[in-house]
Amino acid sequence: MKFETPATTNPIDQLKIIGKPADRIDGPFKTTGTAPYAYERHDNIANPACGYVVGSAIAKGRIASMDLTAAKTASGVLAIVTADNAGKLAKGNFNFATLLGGPEIEHYHQAIALVVAETFEQARAAAQLVRVDYVKAEGAFDLAAVKDSGKPARITGGPADTAVGDFAGAFAVAPVQLDATYTTPDHAHAMMEPHASMAAWDGDKLIVWTSNQMIDWSVGELAKTLGMPKDKVRLISPFIGGGFGGKLWVRADALLAALGARAAGRPVKVALTRPMMFNNTVHRPATIQRIRIGATRDGKITAIGHEGWSGNLPGGKPEAAVQATRLLYAGANRMTATRLAVLDLPEGNAMRAPGEAPGMMALEIAIDEMAEKLGLDPIEFRILNDTQVDPEKPERAYSHRPLIACMGLGANRFDWSKRNPAPGRVRDGRWLVGIGMAAAFRNNPVMKSAARVRLDNRGVVVVETDMTDIGTGTYTIIAQTAAEMMGLPLDKIIVRLGDSTFPVSAGSGGQWGANSSTSGVYAACVKLREAVAQKLGFNSTEVDFADGQVRSGNRSVPLAQAAGESGIVAEDVMEFGDLGKKYQQSTFGAHFVEVGVDAATAEVRIRRMLAVCAAGRILNPKSARSQVIGAMTMGAGAALMEELAVDKRAGFFVNHDLAGYEVPVHADIPHQDVIFLDETDPMSSPMKAKGVGELGICGVGAAIANAIYNATGVRVRDYPITLDKLLARLPEVA
Amino acid sequence: MRSFTYERANSPAEAAAAAARKQGAKFIAGGTNLLDLMKLEIETPAHLIDVNRLGLDRIEPTADGGLRVGALVRNTDLAAHERVRRDYGVLSRALLAGASGQLRNKATTAGNMLQRTRCPYFYDTNQPCNKRQPGSGCSAIGGFSRQHAVIGASEACIATHPSDMAVAMRALDATVETIQPDGAARKIPIAEFHRLPGSTPEVETSLAPGELITAVTLPKPVGGKQIYRKVRDRASYAFALVSVAAIVQRDGSGCVALGGVAHKPWRVEAAEVELPRGAKAVTAKLLTDAKPTHENAFKLLLAERTLGAVLAEARG
Ligand SMILES: Cc1cc2nc3c(=O)[nH]c(=O)nc-3n(C[C@H](O)[C@H](O)[C@H](O)COP(=O)(O)OP(=O)(O)OC[C@H]3O[C@@H](n4cnc5c(N)ncnc54)[C@H](O)[C@@H]3O)c2cc1C
Ligand code: SF4
Repeated sequence: MKFETPATTNPIDQLKIIGKPADRIDGPFKTTGTAPYAYERHDNIANPACGYVVGSAIAKGRIASMDLTAAKTASGVLAIVTADNAGKLAKGNFNFATLLGGPEIEHYHQAIALVVAETFEQARAAAQLVRVDYVKAEGAFDLAAVKDSGKPARITGGPADTAVGDFAGAFAVAPVQLDATYTTPDHAHAMMEPHASMAAWDGDKLIVWTSNQMIDWSVGELAKTLGMPKDKVRLISPFIGGGFGGKLWVRADALLAALGARAAGRPVKVALTRPMMFNNTVHRPATIQRIRIGATRDGKITAIGHEGWSGNLPGGKPEAAVQATRLLYAGANRMTATRLAVLDLPEGNAMRAPGEAPGMMALEIAIDEMAEKLGLDPIEFRILNDTQVDPEKPERAYSHRPLIACMGLGANRFDWSKRNPAPGRVRDGRWLVGIGMAAAFRNNPVMKSAARVRLDNRGVVVVETDMTDIGTGTYTIIAQTAAEMMGLPLDKIIVRLGDSTFPVSAGSGGQWGANSSTSGVYAACVKLREAVAQKLGFNSTEVDFADGQVRSGNRSVPLAQAAGESGIVAEDVMEFGDLGKKYQQSTFGAHFVEVGVDAATAEVRIRRMLAVCAAGRILNPKSARSQVIGAMTMGAGAALMEELAVDKRAGFFVNHDLAGYEVPVHADIPHQDVIFLDETDPMSSPMKAKGVGELGICGVGAAIANAIYNATGVRVRDYPITLDKLLARLPEVA
Repeated sequence: MRSFTYERANSPAEAAAAAARKQGAKFIAGGTNLLDLMKLEIETPAHLIDVNRLGLDRIEPTADGGLRVGALVRNTDLAAHERVRRDYGVLSRALLAGASGQLRNKATTAGNMLQRTRCPYFYDTNQPCNKRQPGSGCSAIGGFSRQHAVIGASEACIATHPSDMAVAMRALDATVETIQPDGAARKIPIAEFHRLPGSTPEVETSLAPGELITAVTLPKPVGGKQIYRKVRDRASYAFALVSVAAIVQRDGSGCVALGGVAHKPWRVEAAEVELPRGAKAVTAKLLTDAKPTHENAFKLLLAERTLGAVLAEARG
């Protein structure tokens, strides 16, 4: 099915099951420990050998020699895989560094060996006996130092630079100007489940149970890396303990499990240890961002410019921090520029809302600063500069853009009008109290997605697609979609995900997963409905599927009966036409935050948070709310504590465990509210839904920063806003 | 992790004797620190002596009205003990500010006292670290040193002692009781228990090889307002950037120890005479010879302001 014209009324609009807060189907499995994760697929492989990854001890250079003698003879050791004995390996299209390094070393903790032994403890002990001599090379590890060597770099969906009108001229003459530089540090995905895989060979066929967001991409990557045909590789990833983009790609665990299994002649499982994850895998790259805004005295933006610098390994991608600035606010004269420098730190890559998350952290402080300069309420300033068209290409309208409505509703619910706009004036005991807000904005990409549905003679529909559920609720919304389409209750739907033998889906990334994958299921169900109608000799346009029955005129047949002994199978793929090109499709929101800042110590504690989101039809308000509060929590981490500390001499992230890389704990997160606007976007898909999983993180960091400013009068432009950046500028206390 | 042998001792004296006899032996109590370090091969004991069942898990009154806390008393039990909560509030508060409920259920009094630094370079066996590998150098100097010591450090090591409990113990003038391999008992005032790094940062306490902690005794209660204030980047489950343990009497006198600033709980008795004159005066003397790195210089101001808040709370 091709989605080329705006959606009209369809069975999803019945909203009998879609739009209801159904409990997560996978919830009971996860809470009872019966959801099998990749590392524990002993239901398939009773006794796998265990692999332990040896990571490079240097950031850049080469291995002069590796002595495996002691490790090889250690107890329980079955095999040791290194670049020397692994055979020819290609580099995947999505990898900037090779997954098995040596002799060349491209980054710290790059895998250089896998030790395979009978038990995990034996593999670990032997891995610690591997002796490596390195020749170190000079590397670049400091973004600020190499920033000016950055080259223009294309960002997803656009060129490196954009320019409209005469930015420089308009900025120079603007009566009110802001020119400020902001920084965001490297961030770790730090998901709960580490990267893990279990691999088994059957002749020339490889099967890997893994933890991966994008099954089809990753089958291709693994096949390419191993030099195998794609159809000989099978990936299975039904449960994923979080990914946030860190599992979009094949990582060392999957490749090394495959190589280890080949070398040991039996199935092997590999999990990255927590201290390895930070430097061995990918992270969100640090950014330096310069934002310039010029406005008239009455608050109309006349010039807006955003330059973003980031670094990556050679061949890597930039962090597209300027993305939102291209679209979010009006202004006749505009420019954006993206520069990418070479850094020899671990590979930078996508993390939840790549581009917009760090970009909005900067842009939305800048807007707050500008509003203050203009003496305008920050919401009013945003309303004044709202746009209903793509400001770089005014002929492209937004499909639907209720940003003003989000801000208005939020202001109302949060009692924004009671905020004292003068900073540093509100005190509650030991706390300086402040309120801040920011807009939320994230694009709404869509991706082709296929599914297969099978109706059987019990009246049960089985849905199969290689879509993944990374903790987002995919199982549930897919079941809701099939149930709505087929007129069945949820318990008559079985959803099977994450297996590369299933039809290729959109996968989980870029917040496209929910809308795209349910659209694929919708397409398959449309076909199934047609097949059922046809089999019963019904005119398919006048058929009604409800209460487990299929009805036409005064005939009514139970679905189970319609299926018959052999059942009915339908498969289809949803492809998206150019509505996404013709119309700018994005998701919107407004974040409101109240913080307390300890008047003596400058400790920041969030007191309440609200997000109002406009993201099309909300397929399941319960799982959508979970996504948004999770994103708000992650945004709070980015605002207040998360930072991969770079050792600029040795070239690695030093705080590479969860004791050193702090993410919020329960005590950091107070009352959170989420409101979804009741809306649909028929330009987006037949589901009329959009993504929410990333929207929630965009802007929340700036809302916190703005609240801190309101509380203290101290403007911090370098994240995370830790107390040391506030302390010296707070008023004296007794 | 290296292979090791294991035994369960039958008496404190036997445990100490065994520790001296066996090459590379270590005691294991709750194991919450030691096992983590063994997995990373930062600690590589060849032999473990389990001291969990030696009857050292009791809290008893002493003859002079103080309290004797067995070395194996769990942090949870110590924090919740009626007398500790009544008479040594600073200790109870410090314990509860540390780690998590699960860890405190396992962590012991002696183990907590002897926990090792959280310097991230100490934890990464690829990096030079004098504490882990004497003579290899100190990566934190000139590196990521935000958490590190601002006073009492050396050119060999700038690590801090991470314990909260020990800071309160220092303010309370506790005494560490031990038994030596030859069976002799010893009492070490807490002021002499932890050491500054000097040129041997691998030596962290004044314990002799094989010496077993049997108890920590608290002197007779001194009353006063007892406050423990721990400042950190997140609200819970993090080590202190700076912590203040204070006992403040009605007349404004009292004592103060700081955590998060040095290789040991930091207390300078001579600074305490300044208490009635406020935090600035106290910290000026307490941190006179501070030599922070540029990443952790904020700790000086933070210590002063935190102490200010603590003194204000004590007055209020
Ligand atoms: C995630 C995490 C967070 C933490 N957060 C904090 C925190 O915020 N604040 C804080 O203060 N602590 C914190 N801790 C540390 C925790 O308090 C210590 O791990 C614990 O107190 C150690 O006690 P244990 O009994 O488990 O010691 P073990 O690990 O058993 O032993 C530690 C050391 O003491 C030696 N030892 C044990 N008993 C004796 C004895 N009787 N005589 C001589 N030597 C002995 C052992 O040989 C070993 O060298 C944290 C720990 C973790 C893992
Ligand atoms: S500060 Fe001490 S523990 Fe840290 S690297 Fe230096 S020597 Fe090692």
